[in-house]
Amino acid sequence: MKPRAFDFVRAESVDEALATLAAPGSQARILAGGQSQVAMLNLRLVEAEILIDINGIDELRYLRVSADTLEVGAATTQAELMDWPDLAERLPLLHAAMPHLGHFQTRNQGTVCGSIAHADPSSELPLCLATLGGHVVLRSARVERVLDAGDFQLGMLSTARRDDEMVTAVRFPLRRPGAGYAFDELALRKGDFAVVSVAAVATDSHIRLGVGGVADRPTVRDWDQLADGGLDDALNTFAWELGGYNDIHASARYRRDLVRRLGRRVIEEARSCRA
Amino acid sequence: MPRLNRDTRHPVSFELDSQPVTGHAEPRMLLSDFLREELAINAVHVGCEHGVCGACTVRLDGKAVRACLTFAVQAEGRRVDTAAGLADENNELNDLQKAFRRHHALQCGYCTPGILMSVSDFLDRNSDPTEQEIRDMLSGHLCRCTGYTGMVRAILDVVAERARGGAAAE
Repeated sequence: MKPRAFDFVRAESVDEALATLAAPGSQARILAGGQSQVAMLNLRLVEAEILIDINGIDELRYLRVSADTLEVGAATTQAELMDWPDLAERLPLLHAAMPHLGHFQTRNQGTVCGSIAHADPSSELPLCLATLGGHVVLRSARVERVLDAGDFQLGMLSTARRDDEMVTAVRFPLRRPGAGYAFDELALRKGDFAVVSVAAVATDSHIRLGVGGVADRPTVRDWDQLADGGLDDALNTFAWELGGYNDIHASARYRRDLVRRLGRRVIEEARSCRA
Repeated sequence: MPRLNRDTRHPVSFELDSQPVTGHAEPRMLLSDFLREELAINAVHVGCEHGVCGACTVRLDGKAVRACLTFAVQAEGRRVDTAAGLADENNELNDLQKAFRRHHALQCGYCTPGILMSVSDFLDRNSDPTEQEIRDMLSGHLCRCTGYTGMVRAILDVVAERARGGAAAE
């Protein structure tokens, strides 16, 4: 399992990377951590004429805190985000989710933005970004645009990114006062792709639940505070709307059951840790 | 901006187990293949070649990474450490290798070099891990014969040994 031949560009700046992407007919792909993409290249599920390595671009390696968001640059690894000392305090949802994201060895190399750009429907970071209502920063040689997470991911491994654009950063909204956050998932082995993953944000008057691994993209639902019986009904309706699919790991029916049970569990946990 | 042509074998130089090395690789050559075929480092084992099994794990600038998900040209100018560099110049195994032997933490040994490199990085960053943290770290590796219990015991033994500041009795 070896990739097909490609030219390799060591980009030294974002402008260089974007110019290479924009060249007509370049069929270039950005290489960040490569933890999904190189596997797909090896399996020849994706092909590239040019790989643009952005790991040497210092301007893309940062964690930047503003008043209400954390912006993560495209060369920042998942391990670097996990090592951010304020993660538990300021991004409790990510703090809970990231230990499930791949393994120690893949987080060392895999990037935060790469996971978002890859857009796997059962991946943890796209689910957290969607549930928190975060943003994706896209740049081309001509223009920069910022998309809501929900407008960025369009389906399985499919996003609104145009061929001449790269994801230069993602923005996670920081913890809001009065809100509680919780994450859980079921995977066959810790770090494997989730069968179902769930993320919840709860305040006194509102519940938001994001679900990954069931539909073709992470899906978020909002409810105003429900009575206890109302929550089970709401989760059941949501599970059926998501549908689910049968594969070697689980049936659609089992996935819907996980939405109901894990959904209730994380909502209760999020409610109990409101701060 | 350096651009490496697909059909050319480009020189690639880095520090391998504390020695400078140079070889040649087309851009598509994986670091795992480069280490084995170009540099004849057979301590790097190749298993699944898509990042799942962990057999090819090496340390790149100190961090445990999958060599099969890294291209050789990406190692240019960096530091690569493999299990071949764990023993000292007299071929005396290091404390981790000895503990693996003592606790029967391997059987066929195919997954072992990758696991040793993961554990080396892990213990450098977390000198006092819990058993659960060790098991989570090992979840990035597949072992299909011995199982993981001996590995966990070996790692806990090394942690205790290092905390005491010396080697345990053989």
